[in-house]
Amino acid sequence: MDRALWPEGVERCSLGKFLLWLGFVGVILAAGLYEFFMILVPDGLARTALDNYFGFGLWITFDLAVIALGAGAFFTGLLKYILDIKELEKIVNLTVIVGFICYSGAMLVLALDVGQPLRSWFGYWHANVHSMLTEVMFCITCYLCVLAIEFLPNILENRKLNEIPYLHNLAHNMHVVMPLIAGLGAFLSTFHQGSLGGMYGVLFARPYILRDGFFIWPWTFFLFVLSAVASGPCFSVLVVKIMELLTGKQLVDYKVKALMCKIAGTMLCLYLFFKFADTWAWATDVLPRSGLTWDQMFNSDLGYGEWLLWVEIGLCGVLPAILLMVPRFRNTPALLYTAAILNCTGVTINRYVFTVQALAIPVMPFDQWYNYVPNWAEWAPSIGVLAYGALLLSLSYRYLPVFPQEIELNYRKQAPAAPAAPVEEPKEAEEATATA
Amino acid sequence: MSAFKEFPIRWGMVIDIDKCTGCGACTVACNKENNIAPQPQQLERIAGKGFPTRFKKLEWLTVYELSNGVQGSGHDTAYLPRPCMQCGMPSCVSVCPATATDKNENGGIVSQIYPRCFGCRYCMASCPYHARVFNWDQPVYPDGMEKQLTPNVSVRSRGVVEKCNFCHHRWMYAKDAARVAGEDPNALPEDAYIPACAEACPTGAIYFGDVKNPEHKVYELIHSPYTFRLLERLGTDPQVYYMSKREWVRRQGDNYLENEAGPVAHGNGGLHG
Repeated sequence: MDRALWPEGVERCSLGKFLLWLGFVGVILAAGLYEFFMILVPDGLARTALDNYFGFGLWITFDLAVIALGAGAFFTGLLKYILDIKELEKIVNLTVIVGFICYSGAMLVLALDVGQPLRSWFGYWHANVHSMLTEVMFCITCYLCVLAIEFLPNILENRKLNEIPYLHNLAHNMHVVMPLIAGLGAFLSTFHQGSLGGMYGVLFARPYILRDGFFIWPWTFFLFVLSAVASGPCFSVLVVKIMELLTGKQLVDYKVKALMCKIAGTMLCLYLFFKFADTWAWATDVLPRSGLTWDQMFNSDLGYGEWLLWVEIGLCGVLPAILLMVPRFRNTPALLYTAAILNCTGVTINRYVFTVQALAIPVMPFDQWYNYVPNWAEWAPSIGVLAYGALLLSLSYRYLPVFPQEIELNYRKQAPAAPAAPVEEPKEAEEATATA
Repeated sequence: MSAFKEFPIRWGMVIDIDKCTGCGACTVACNKENNIAPQPQQLERIAGKGFPTRFKKLEWLTVYELSNGVQGSGHDTAYLPRPCMQCGMPSCVSVCPATATDKNENGGIVSQIYPRCFGCRYCMASCPYHARVFNWDQPVYPDGMEKQLTPNVSVRSRGVVEKCNFCHHRWMYAKDAARVAGEDPNALPEDAYIPACAEACPTGAIYFGDVKNPEHKVYELIHSPYTFRLLERLGTDPQVYYMSKREWVRRQGDNYLENEAGPVAHGNGGLHG
């Protein structure tokens, strides 16, 4: 039965081995769910290391980071369906799944992070149109729906489900309207990614992250969009690589990965140009008019040193940009993956400093620096979300046709391992005749 | 960012730092008046479960200790009580996604609707004064304390953000009393409405009134050359003013650098004096 669910013509590990893997993932997921329950029901956020100084901590950093890394979905969808870069169809399914995992995972954590989860809908009902968080809430919800719609045809293409004529046709028709959905997703996600940056840029009483000045948007709106599209495609490539390592199969052609990384590298260069300009403008304009200096923004003793900035824009910014843009480096797998890791690390550091360091900086002159170290109550749900992602990816890989190149790259010289699916053309022809 | 709102009445507080001894009576009075559950018990309860307690204390008014940084005989300290600044341009209001906090009532007090707050804590992140606190745990009152709770102050549940509101209920009482006496509730005399902290201060360091009403003491005080506001350059336009004849205290109020010209005299009490 298990074999009958596999995509046509592929080979998978034994069910026992797969269940063992799911058990491993399940244990981590269970730990996360336990903390999830303990926070939601008996203990509340008192269980966490968050406090009145650090209302935003690991969870918000995690959310911002995974949402940036999940940008591969909307950006690849945009490039594939709107700009018609055909090569990307070999990876677009995966980017959609990764995007769905990132967004749904972020929403799970957000539900946990608020003090009154049952009132979360107040953000829609009593919406404050001035708040960037309101825009985030609306966009993230709508975009998650779009991602679900984008993911659905892939699920319906499961061999057994696809044998049901209604679902088969539904999947087919969804593919037809996918450019429209991709366009909608790109629109929503752009605003969502931007609003996440805007959330911080409008905090005029927090000069470390204040970036006023471009119509109704702060600069961070655009920086967050650019950094997301610069890192999202790299993250998708890294997910493919991890899956290839785990499965022992080649899933996507290296040329496609290199293309994704080239696109990411181009975006990274563009982002870095604006990031350097932004850093300079911040240092010479925002800080002086707030009465603060560059040195006051950093504290090496507590881990908020200037080195974080240089690591972010130098080691994890300029270096991967070079590695991704020079063809010789990009075509060397080790360098390409190193660059992708550095790129994703850079965006994570960026989200961390915007979330945690921004709150640690004492704005009042008689206030003090404080450190924030997340505790297990915060780590467990975050790691649990990663396990949730691993679970969804594992199930998708095993039972859905995620990688169109898999057969070509692995089984070209072999006979198909799984029995071929029933031929569908006659059925379609039959339907057409009936309709006529 | 939401626009600045102007009101005919602008309740303001002037705290004379030179008079403040840091005794903490204002904090205690505030906690008592606003039904904040006894903090040692709250924190013990959290610690008893093995959870971290740092900065999980609920306190609407915190007293900070200031130092001039000089070692030896030249050393000087001051105490700065910090309630909510009730900013004219509140950094918290424009960010709240559910409009749980707003500045829309005459008097310019920044409100907080507890049943509407869902605890995202974005307002806390935006406030540089740390004036907002989160309800980390369900409040637990000792047996018998329910008889002493202030009737017109809501008891907040776990998971919402709360803050000082200049004992807003006392303003309601004062307006009611004025109406009963046949007076104009919008032209309250001096001391008809004062928050608990101002009332409890043993040294009389906290003055309260309408900063737009020349008959109120605060009107005169905010025009003093020794008056300043915290972090004025950020543009939050606070309704809490501080006074000190010590220049180092005034300079600390707005992050003045060593070589930077300090706030010698504002004279106009900010934007709306």
